[in-house]
Amino acid sequence: MSGDVSAVLAKHQHDPTRLVQILRDLMAAQRHLTPQDLTAIAKGLALPRGRVEGVAGFYSFFATEPRGAYRVLFSDSITDRMAGSVELRQRLLDAFHLRLGEVSRDGLLSVDVTSCTGLCDQGPAMLVNGVAIPRLTHARIGAISALIRASSPMEWWPENLFSIHSHIERRDQVLSTPFERGEAVRAAIRRGPDGTLEELQRSGLRGRGGAGFSTATKWTACRGAEGRARFLVCNADEGEPGTFKDRVLLADHLELVLDGMTVAGHTVGAKKGFLYLRGEYPFLVQPILAALEERRHERWLGSEIAGVPGFDFDIELHVGAGAYVCGEESALIESLEGKRGIPRNRPPYPVTHGYLGQPTVVNNVETLAKCALIASHGAEFFKLRGTAKSTGTKLLSVSGDVARPGIYEYGFGVPVSQVLADAGAERTQAVQVGGPSGTLLSRSELGRRIAFEDVPSAGALIVFDESRSILDVVESFAAFFAHESCGFCTPCRVGTTLAAQMMGRLCHGRGTRRDVKDLARVARQMRATSHCGLGSSAGNPVLHALEKFRPSFDKALASHEVVPSFDLDEALAPAREVTGREDEGAHLTEEAT
Amino acid sequence: MSDATKPGDAPSLPTFTLDGHDVPFTPDQTILQAAMAAGHYIPHLCFHPEFKPHGSCKVCTVKVDGRTMASCTTQARAGAEIESSSDEVRDLRRNLVQFLFTEGNHFCPSCEQSGDCKLQAVAYELGMTSSHFTQMFPDRPVDASHPDVLLDFNRCILCELCVRASAEVDGKDVFALSGRGIKKHLIVNAESGRLADTRLAVEDKAMSVCPVGVILRKRRGFRVPIGQRTYDARPISEVAVDQYRRATRGDE
Ligand SMILES: Cc1cc2nc3c(=O)[nH]c(=O)nc-3n(C[C@H](O)[C@H](O)[C@H](O)COP(=O)(O)O)c2cc1C
Ligand code: SF4
Ligand code: SF4
Ligand code: FES
Repeated sequence: MSGDVSAVLAKHQHDPTRLVQILRDLMAAQRHLTPQDLTAIAKGLALPRGRVEGVAGFYSFFATEPRGAYRVLFSDSITDRMAGSVELRQRLLDAFHLRLGEVSRDGLLSVDVTSCTGLCDQGPAMLVNGVAIPRLTHARIGAISALIRASSPMEWWPENLFSIHSHIERRDQVLSTPFERGEAVRAAIRRGPDGTLEELQRSGLRGRGGAGFSTATKWTACRGAEGRARFLVCNADEGEPGTFKDRVLLADHLELVLDGMTVAGHTVGAKKGFLYLRGEYPFLVQPILAALEERRHERWLGSEIAGVPGFDFDIELHVGAGAYVCGEESALIESLEGKRGIPRNRPPYPVTHGYLGQPTVVNNVETLAKCALIASHGAEFFKLRGTAKSTGTKLLSVSGDVARPGIYEYGFGVPVSQVLADAGAERTQAVQVGGPSGTLLSRSELGRRIAFEDVPSAGALIVFDESRSILDVVESFAAFFAHESCGFCTPCRVGTTLAAQMMGRLCHGRGTRRDVKDLARVARQMRATSHCGLGSSAGNPVLHALEKFRPSFDKALASHEVVPSFDLDEALAPAREVTGREDEGAHLTEEAT
Repeated sequence: MSDATKPGDAPSLPTFTLDGHDVPFTPDQTILQAAMAAGHYIPHLCFHPEFKPHGSCKVCTVKVDGRTMASCTTQARAGAEIESSSDEVRDLRRNLVQFLFTEGNHFCPSCEQSGDCKLQAVAYELGMTSSHFTQMFPDRPVDASHPDVLLDFNRCILCELCVRASAEVDGKDVFALSGRGIKKHLIVNAESGRLADTRLAVEDKAMSVCPVGVILRKRRGFRVPIGQRTYDARPISEVAVDQYRRATRGDE
C-alpha cells in the first residue's frame, strides 16, 4: 500500500462514509488514483472494490488516469464563453502544443474543461489543481504559462491570481443587518424549539434552494419523525450555472449561516450538522474550518452549547468533487455517505429517511442564513420585505451582459427589469432566470417578477444582449446537462446527450428540420419521465427557446430536409491515421459521397 | 380475480383502476406489482419480481391521476386512476426503448439472445420499428477472460440487475457501475478489470437475471434455434405475467 493511502485512511479513521473525502485527499497528494490505490482503499474500508472504483469514476475531479502535474480545468459556463474563455484556453493549449484533454508529453500539463465554477461575476475562470483563478486575461494566461513552464510550486504563485471578490452591489435585510456570532442561537434558546418553530411558521419562510418548500413544515416533520438520531445538512453545493450567492454568503456572512445551522440543530433535535461545500470553492475551506474551531472554543458548538445542558451540536465540513447532481438533496445524502451521487427513490423523503436512513433536514445556505435572521429579529421584521406568498428578500446572482455583475439583494417581487436597470444592462435580448434549469425570458417578459408565484428561482440571472446567439446559449446549457446527468435513468442519461448532439449540429450549420422536431420530442420525454429534477428540467432551455426564439432555429437549418448526421469522411480518419495517408485519395469529397 | 390473491380477503382489498379495470392491491405493493399479480402486463426492464424495484429504466411509466410516474416504484393507492395503454403512454415508453437501442450496440440478427431478450420483446410489444435517433456506437470491448462466461457489454442497458443479484443473493459483489451520464458503464470487481479475476461462478444468481444478452454462458450459443425461443412462441405480455406469478407465489 502506498504511504499516501495509509496516511489518508488513518486520517479518516477508515470510515467508509468518508470515501469522497478520502479520494479528494489522495487526489491532492498524487493527482491521480491508480488501480492499486483503489484496491488498497477498498481493503482499508472493507468495501467491495467495485464500489470504490464506481465512486472514483463518478465525480469529475477524480482521475483514474494520469493527468498533468498542473491540471488545468477551464470553467465552461456560458458566461465564461461570453467573456472569451475559448480563445484564452486555445492560447494556453497552443503555448504547450497540446490538445484539449491531453497530457503534455513531459507530464507537466493537462488542460480540460469543467462545468460552471461559480465565478460568473469574475470570469473567465479556471481551476489549477483544484485552486480557483478568476478574471483570466491574455496577460494572466501568459503569466500562468510561464509559471507552469518553470514548474513553479503553486504556493509561490503571486497571491493576487487567486483572490476572489464578493461584488455585493445591493444590500437589503440579510446583507445589511449587523450580526454577532451566537446572537441567533441565544434567541433560539430563549424561545425554545416550539417557539422557534412558531416564529418560523409565522415568517412564511420558503426554501431558497429552488423548490420553495416551507422551512417550518420541513423542520416540524423532521422533529416529529422516529429515528435513532436526527441530522441537519446545509446544502452549499451551488452548482447551477450562473449562481454564486451562496459563495458570497459563506465568504462574507459565514456567522449568519453557522448560527442558522445551530438554530436548526436546536430546533429539530439534531446533534450533528454537515456543511456540504461544492468542490469548486476550495478557497472557502480554511475560513470555514477556522470559524468552526473558534465556535467550538467559545462553546457555540460542541456539548452544552452556551451552557445549556443537553444542547449538543457540532458541524462537519464535507467537500464535493465536481457533480452538479449532488445538489439534489437525496443525491447529496448519498454523497455524504461516501457513495455515487444518485438521487434516491422518493418517498420516503429525507425528513424521515435521510442520512444513514435517519430523519434529516436539508436546507440551502441562504435559507439557513434567513433562519438566523428570523430567530434574531422575529417574523414581523422578516415579513417587512417580499410579497404575501414569497416573504422576505432574495439574493440574486447577476452575470452576463451587464455593467455591474455581482450580488443584488431585493425583497421578493422585484421586476426583472429593475434588476437589469440596477445592474446596467443594455440592449437586452433575453434573461435566463434560475440557471439552465430555470426559465428563459424574452424581452417582452422583463416586467415579470422574481417570486414563487411568478418566476421562481434559486436566484441566478444571466443576461444576454442583442449580440448573442440564443442557439449558442441553448447549446451550452444542453452540454451542461449532458455532462452532469448522473446516468441513473434512461430519459435523462440518453436524452441529455441526444439534445446536446442535436444542438451541436444546429450550431455548426448541420442541423435539419428533423433535429428541431426531435429536440422537442426528447425535451418533453425528459420532462415527463425523468427520475429527478435534473432530468425533468434539462429540456427547459430547448423548449423555452423553441417557443420564444423559433426564428433562430429556422435560420440555423442547413437544409429543410435530411442531411446525413454521419460524416463519412470523418469516419475514415482512424483508417488514415493507421495507414499514414493524407493524400486526396484517402478523403471522400462531396462528389464521391 | 387474480390467482395470487386469496379469495377470502379479496372483498376487503382496496383497488385502483388500470385502464378502467379494477385492480386489488395489498399495502406493500407498487402499482406494477399489483397489476402483474392481477394478470395485467405493464412493460418493464429493470424490474424483476425477486428484487426490490429499482426505478431506473422508466419503461414502466404510467399516468397516475394525470401525472407520469414509474409504476414499479410508485406505491399503489386506493381509488387512483391509472392509464397504461393510451397512445400517449405507449409513445413515452417507445421513446425510452429507442433511447436504449440508440445508446448501445444492438445487432439483433446476430445476437445469441435474440428471441430470449426482454429489450427486443418489449420493443416488439410497443410496435417499435426503428431506433429513430442517431446511433451513438459506443466503443465497448467484450470480456472473454472467464473460462465459462462471456461478457458482451455492447448490449448492456444498465439495469443493475446483475449488480443487485451478485450483491444481495450471491454475496459476491462481482458487478458494479462506474462513470456518469452517458459514460456510465458496468465494471467487474477486480483490479485487472477482468471477469476471470472475480469470484463469478456459473451457478450464481447474477448469471440468470440479465434482461439482454450481456452475461452469456460459453459453449451454449444457439443451442435453441432462433424461431423456437421464449418470445418467438408467446408475447412478453403473457410470459412476464406467468413469471411474475411463479416468482411471487410463495410470499403472497
Ligand atoms: C439537480 C438539482 C440540483 C440542486 N442543487 C441545489 C444546490 O446546489 N443548492 C441547493 O440549496 N439546492 C439544490 N437543489 C434543491 C435541493 O434538492 C433541495 O430542494 C434544497 O437543498 C432544499 O433546501 P431549501 O428548502 O432550503 O431550499 C437541487 C435540486 C436538483 C434537482
Ligand atoms: S434525471 Fe438525470 S440526474 Fe436525475 S436520476 Fe435521472 S439520470 Fe440521474
Ligand atoms: S449486464 Fe445485464 S443485468 Fe447487468 S446491468 Fe447490464 S443489462 Fe443489466
Ligand atoms: S421497470 Fe420501472 S423503472 Fe424500470
